[in-house]
Amino acid sequence: MTALAEGVAGAGSVEPAAPARTGGRRGGAWRMVVLVVLGLYFAVPIASSLWFTVRDRGSGGLTAEHYAAIPGAPGFAEAFGRSLALGVLTVVLALLLMVPTVVLVELRLPRLRTAVELLTLMPLVIPPIALVVGVRSVLSWAPDHFYGTPVADAMFALQEPTLPWILVLVYVVLVLPFVYRALDAGVRNSGLRTLTEAARSLGASWPRVLVSVVLPLLRTSVLNASFLTLALVLGEYTVASILGFETFPTWIVQVAGSQPQLSVAVSVLSLLVTWALLLLISALDRRRRTEESS
Amino acid sequence: MVLLLPIGVLAVEAFRATDPTTFEESWSTDSLAAVTEGASARAYVGSLQLSAITAVLGTVLGLALAVAVLRAERGRLLRRLVLTASGVLANFGGIPLAFAFIATIGSNAGVVTGLLTNTLGLGLGGFSLYSMAGLALVYLYFLIPLMVLTITPALEALRPQWREASDNLGASAWQYWRYVGGPVLLPPVLGAMMLLFASAFAAYATAKALVGSTLPLVTLQIADALSSNVVVGSENLGTALALGMVVVVGLVMAFYAWVQRRTQRWLA
Repeated sequence: MTALAEGVAGAGSVEPAAPARTGGRRGGAWRMVVLVVLGLYFAVPIASSLWFTVRDRGSGGLTAEHYAAIPGAPGFAEAFGRSLALGVLTVVLALLLMVPTVVLVELRLPRLRTAVELLTLMPLVIPPIALVVGVRSVLSWAPDHFYGTPVADAMFALQEPTLPWILVLVYVVLVLPFVYRALDAGVRNSGLRTLTEAARSLGASWPRVLVSVVLPLLRTSVLNASFLTLALVLGEYTVASILGFETFPTWIVQVAGSQPQLSVAVSVLSLLVTWALLLLISALDRRRRTEESS
Repeated sequence: MVLLLPIGVLAVEAFRATDPTTFEESWSTDSLAAVTEGASARAYVGSLQLSAITAVLGTVLGLALAVAVLRAERGRLLRRLVLTASGVLANFGGIPLAFAFIATIGSNAGVVTGLLTNTLGLGLGGFSLYSMAGLALVYLYFLIPLMVLTITPALEALRPQWREASDNLGASAWQYWRYVGGPVLLPPVLGAMMLLFASAFAAYATAKALVGSTLPLVTLQIADALSSNVVVGSENLGTALALGMVVVVGLVMAFYAWVQRRTQRWLA
């Protein structure tokens, strides 16, 4: 399962080692063709979207009005705020769940590693739409089987439209693979085991080890996992739309019908924000690397 | 629990049926039978075709890009750029991607469409973004970066010593790839292809934003079945369709696990 897992963590978590072979041999032509064709393929849609949003249809000049209109667009503040709140809650809950798990597996229960790895990969394998159909069926039990009991009340509370906690629960499951990979990479690269053993043999208590050794070591990977989670939650459409909640992506789709340029402007902006977040991750990662090697 | 309960329920609900007149529920395999014929069957065929084609294309193009980048002479900067961009773009599925493509080659407002039609007088030559071919073009936008991310570690694990050894023994480049590099890379490449397939198969947001529900795709059918309040029992059809998806992906992943066991031997 390593290749799959590397792919998951690939989004800026760990920079791979130096290439096995750098020097170019024969046949540079096909390489150039591949790079140019694919470079165009990836650049053209982004460039076109930018052009689409800054072009003034009336005068033919440039305009930033569609970007300026985003903050004031009806429903934007509400939908974006809700998605952001969902994202933060998901980050907190996922970290509370996974940090102790990863540390425990590394230090005390290495035998469980394979099981945890498999379990955290499950959400990647199961299509989100299949998962959400199941969630919907479970939620429909509330009026059918549990009506008038505390269970039903709890289930209704989960579906409060202003802040749907059920989305947080589903998102925690969906981001599990990414969070686990990021944290696991951090734990493995930092030599956590050696350092905790050193701290223990110097007489530090377990709580002391956790606070002064484990947490500082995991700082970068925790940040890493948080940014990835946030980016994923802000872009998640399937679950929210099937369960019928309004979040940032469902709002974009709604707006697209009447104001296509606004919706593309928001899309471009969300891509740029994601890009910035992930670049930040890789910059943090490199800084830590240079600190370690110096 | 949030993970296992819904899937368990899915497996049970798919075998339930709601009687159209009395609204009483009973055990039945009708929904599952319905999945294997008519519109549902067409949706499965459509989804499987689209996923298979995009997975193969994504694998080939992604592999070419990864090899080209890893062996580039001005390697460092280009490498880092492509890998970081891949990290971003592989997660750039969904709604924003669909809108970026509508702005590019959408049928009436697209920038490239306008360029081709008005300036060059060519038109799109029968190509439509809102068709299977259009979807494939859009899916590749996140599948190729996913392939680059997945396969780069395997490419880096190809030891230079192997190439040197085969060179010293007088092998040609073709012989190296045929007897050394190719066989070592085959399992991870196949594995990555499975991952691409599963990822294209599960895609919903992009397709929804692009084509609504006009194309036969399983994910779109499920959403349709769930949102229809008119047809009694469509809820059960939705669960049956979803269960079918889990089964398909399960089969693909079983194959993936088998392939991976063969990989571990060389790329430890």
